[in-house]
Amino acid sequence: MDNIIEVKNVTFEYSDFDRSKTVINDFSIDIKRGSFTCILGHNGSGKSTLAKLLNGLYKPVKGDILVDGMNTKDETTEIAIKRRVGMVFQNPDNQLVASIVEEDVAFGPENLGLSPDEIRKRVDESLKSVGMYELRKSTPHHLSGGQKQRIAIAGILAMRPQCIVLDEPTAMLDPKGRKEIISTIEKLNRESGITVVLITHFMEEAENTDRAVVLNDGSIIADGTPKEIFSNIDMLKRAGLDVPQTTELLHRLKTNGVDIKTNVISIKETAQEIYSAFHLEEN
Amino acid sequence: MLRDITFGQYFQGNSKVHRLDPRTKLLLLILIIVFIFLTQNMISFLIATVFTACAVIISKVPLRLYLKNLKAILPIIIFTAIINVFYGNEGKVLFSIFRLTVNTGGVYRAVFMALRILLLIVLSSVLTYTTTPNDLTDAIEILLSPLKFIGLKNAVHTLAMMMTIALRFIPTLVEETEKIMNAQKARGADLENGKLTERIKALVPILIPLLISAVRRAYELAEAMECRCYNGGEGRQRMKKLQFTLLDVIAGFVSFLFCGLIILFNVVI
Repeated sequence: MDNIIEVKNVTFEYSDFDRSKTVINDFSIDIKRGSFTCILGHNGSGKSTLAKLLNGLYKPVKGDILVDGMNTKDETTEIAIKRRVGMVFQNPDNQLVASIVEEDVAFGPENLGLSPDEIRKRVDESLKSVGMYELRKSTPHHLSGGQKQRIAIAGILAMRPQCIVLDEPTAMLDPKGRKEIISTIEKLNRESGITVVLITHFMEEAENTDRAVVLNDGSIIADGTPKEIFSNIDMLKRAGLDVPQTTELLHRLKTNGVDIKTNVISIKETAQEIYSAFHLEEN
Repeated sequence: MLRDITFGQYFQGNSKVHRLDPRTKLLLLILIIVFIFLTQNMISFLIATVFTACAVIISKVPLRLYLKNLKAILPIIIFTAIINVFYGNEGKVLFSIFRLTVNTGGVYRAVFMALRILLLIVLSSVLTYTTTPNDLTDAIEILLSPLKFIGLKNAVHTLAMMMTIALRFIPTLVEETEKIMNAQKARGADLENGKLTERIKALVPILIPLLISAVRRAYELAEAMECRCYNGGEGRQRMKKLQFTLLDVIAGFVSFLFCGLIILFNVVI
């Protein structure tokens, strides 16, 4: 089985007394084992709800979600599913349980009932892999947002999940913290082979992913490699997303008659494109 | 002002007090506080003060942190002292205002009471500064675990978990309160002036957003805990196994010696 998560025709709605609002509408997606998928969407596109559906925090109203072959609706496999699919939320302050870094990271494995030695080993390992081992004895309260979010990631890693779902993990961070988190996630995916589902509305974060999915009103409106997605400016604007400045520049050059490719994202590649389009020497 | 609240904060270190088992620290603290409240004369107060000073020095926590805690509690100490000055009618009458008389017995009592509270605060600070909140709640959970025999198994774990979370969120909520206060001040809210009733009314726009945000945080935390496989106390393990060492035996011996001395000077002599 090479899909870690299979979402099959899922519909989800919130209901308030008399009215109900459909947030996810007949939605299907497969997440490949070891892949790095980015789910993009503006506020209210249903992306946070989707995240919570993926590990069984919310149950679908219609359709099924299979994690490693287990249905999230099945209550007997609830812990097994949460163990496989870890979740990191937006606000690091609201995810940390204990007042000492290493004690917080230990919270997950402690719940799993592992032996104290095994817990210790996992805590040290996870703190090292997010680069927070030196600060293991300090209080999260005195750390920066990026550091706190890395502790939250370590807390999930300590349960040794196969997949991590991150729901806008950088939304509350400054640019420096944002970079820390993205490079940490990329490293985990590359080096430890952990499947990553990154939910965000920052286009730049999708740059190095395998697959980008654009969500609007609870359904997929585009699915492809980041390059394919970014070159489709009209679709991005329709989904209410900010087009990366580089792509926007290339696109405008093209509409003004310059012969140029528009499917590059990074600043360096864009610069090279412009140099070659205008036959300039790079210096 | 709000930043002075250091209750339950841990000061990272590796002193002998830090290395004591949290159960030892908690039990001995309770024992010593009881004995401090039994002290009635100067000599035993001197012994108690020396004992507390030793604990403070061995803890290697900066003195200013203890002073900070005392500063926060100072109004209560002064208030208790004033009440005690007027209470009782032993000793020589010093002076009287209206129908209240102050006599030497009252002065002694006021000084003793102030000293007792002071020592109590300092000793409790030694405990909280040298023990991580998790260790402390683990200790409470273990010490209360006999309650499970009378059908309160879940209650003990829940209480301990609630304390862990409460201690964890004190600094977060203090920070939040400051933010809200500043936001309301920026909109022209006047928090410092006016009559008492007006000032109490001015707190409403601070407390309501604070409450709403605390509830929202609680929801998010509950979801995050669920994602980390939290399922109550059932089958939970601890990373740190609490273990008594020689240090605990020594600390226990010293504390019992202290209690013995207090008894000696209060009862026998």
